[in-house]
Amino acid sequence: MSDIILETKGLTKHYGGVHALEDADFKLERGEHVAIMGDNGAGKSTFVRQITGVEQRTRGTVTFDGNDVHFAGPLDAREAGIETVFQTLALADDLNVPDNLFLGREKTKFNWLGPFRLLDYKGMRGDTMAGLEKTGVKIPNIKNSIANMSGGQRQCVAIARTATFASKLTIMDEPTAALGVQETAQVENIVRTLKEQGESLILVSHNMRQVFDLVDRIIVFRRGRICANLDIKNGDFTGEDVVSYITGAKTGAEYEGVA
Amino acid sequence: MSDTSEGTGGLTYDKSKRQWPNELNVFAALILIVIVFEILGAIFMQQSLLFDSRDRFDSIFNEARLRIIIIQVAIIGIIAIGVTQVIITAGIDLSSGSVVGATAMIAMSFAQVAEVNGGPNPKAIFGDWALDLPVVVPIIVGLSVGMIAGIINGVLVAYSRIPPFIATLGMMLFARGVAQWWSLGNPVSFPTESYAKIGAGMMPVIIFLSLAVLFHFIMNYTVYGKHTYAIGSNEAAARMSGINVPRHLVLVYLIAGGLAGLAAVILTSKNLTAQSGMGLSYELEAIAMAVIGGVSLFGGRGSIIGTVIGALIIGVITSGFTFLRLGAYYQEMVLGCIIVGAVALDQWQQKRAAARA
Repeated sequence: MSDIILETKGLTKHYGGVHALEDADFKLERGEHVAIMGDNGAGKSTFVRQITGVEQRTRGTVTFDGNDVHFAGPLDAREAGIETVFQTLALADDLNVPDNLFLGREKTKFNWLGPFRLLDYKGMRGDTMAGLEKTGVKIPNIKNSIANMSGGQRQCVAIARTATFASKLTIMDEPTAALGVQETAQVENIVRTLKEQGESLILVSHNMRQVFDLVDRIIVFRRGRICANLDIKNGDFTGEDVVSYITGAKTGAEYEGVA
Repeated sequence: MSDTSEGTGGLTYDKSKRQWPNELNVFAALILIVIVFEILGAIFMQQSLLFDSRDRFDSIFNEARLRIIIIQVAIIGIIAIGVTQVIITAGIDLSSGSVVGATAMIAMSFAQVAEVNGGPNPKAIFGDWALDLPVVVPIIVGLSVGMIAGIINGVLVAYSRIPPFIATLGMMLFARGVAQWWSLGNPVSFPTESYAKIGAGMMPVIIFLSLAVLFHFIMNYTVYGKHTYAIGSNEAAARMSGINVPRHLVLVYLIAGGLAGLAAVILTSKNLTAQSGMGLSYELEAIAMAVIGGVSLFGGRGSIIGTVIGALIIGVITSGFTFLRLGAYYQEMVLGCIIVGAVALDQWQQKRAAARA
């Protein structure tokens, strides 16, 4: 197996006449954490939607874990090992933490009973505790329904799904946009834990400090194209430089003339 | 692991921190209502509602009244078990009363005896082939008619995206029409002896409580139950998680229809006759039981136990008013207030929970 977990070549999405994403060539190494930045409408979310199968691309190839993939929907992507934490949390408020983590893929017993097969509560609780421990998520009581939890705790539950299901790639779309300072710190801690465990991650974020803190590499999108690929460890650049790339004052050397 | 999250507590599974179950609130309401009737009974009637005040030693309860309380809610209670599941998916079923009417007519037509008082059955719907059939035939017919109505409701709700209120309102009118058309308004009577046993004596109560236990188990310990709650709680999340939401909704409405069909079989067996007006407004009473029992009309919350207690509350109020020799009008006025009060309480609790989060 190669060391590239995800690669896109010439990934393009047109909505009618609108070229939302144009020829995106992108590579993500196994265990690497990459941030995607860019102004509103620059193509970040469009890019994520093509990878996760929420939308069907116009053109280009996506290679995930060594295979050419064409996900029919988000479920396909999830089954292949891409976990996405969406901006709007896909959690059922009236269910508790294990129920939410295992929603749609419950551990069961007596499977011959069809829809009335029994839930393996004990197994799911054990896996949930292990998943939460692995990500360092702290929840006062996993038996409480999600409705009684803070926004940060909910976000953590959504993220903990990734750890519970041994996914190969995690995508977070602005995970801290709606959170307070302390809750943001908690989510960032989880991201660091995922890094330590060698989980690959794509983080869509507007938060410059967070990005510099957390990831290995920054990809900047501008007007539907990738315009910069910045290695944080080896690169000599500042937040101001990144802003220049985002606004169009500067363009990465290898992307001259594209946007 | 680094800890920057003061105030979120440790990672625990603490049984003592479990949420206070809503069923206890409903049960407290039941006790409160009983106490009110006992006090009113002591003041105005010099009698007790539930306790045996006569000079006898064999029982402390007034067993006859307890029996009446539960028998009068058992049949609608069976419907309420299905309606509870529909409401938990954030749906509603207005058709159950009419489905009872239609199923009563059709099932009873297959339960008739050949001979009444030495002559042929004067109410026979079909020819000789449908008389003196084994008891399983009308039972299967009844369950099937109910389930077919349920499947139609479910398909309309799940696949055509017609709101449940409208889809089941249509079924309510349609099924009542079928009930009246079936024998052109004439009652269907004279069932076989074995059919008459289904709803005799305490049978409705035994069936009601057995089904309550069965569905309590199903709702809490099976994938079906979990998905039912998930769909009512957040349908988009359920879909994103890979649950086949339309197929599940059809199953929920099918079960509700089947339970209405079963209720019709028991009801006709108990009354020894089927009439096209049977089951009138049962759907509303079943919904009332669920709502009083803490089932949220917004979906996602509620339980079979709650609905059973809700049914008992209605039974106690009905018996209590008779006991106090108050007219049925007052009873309906009070029930109306209790239903509105139960939903208001649910709203208030939800608001409080949202404010805390």
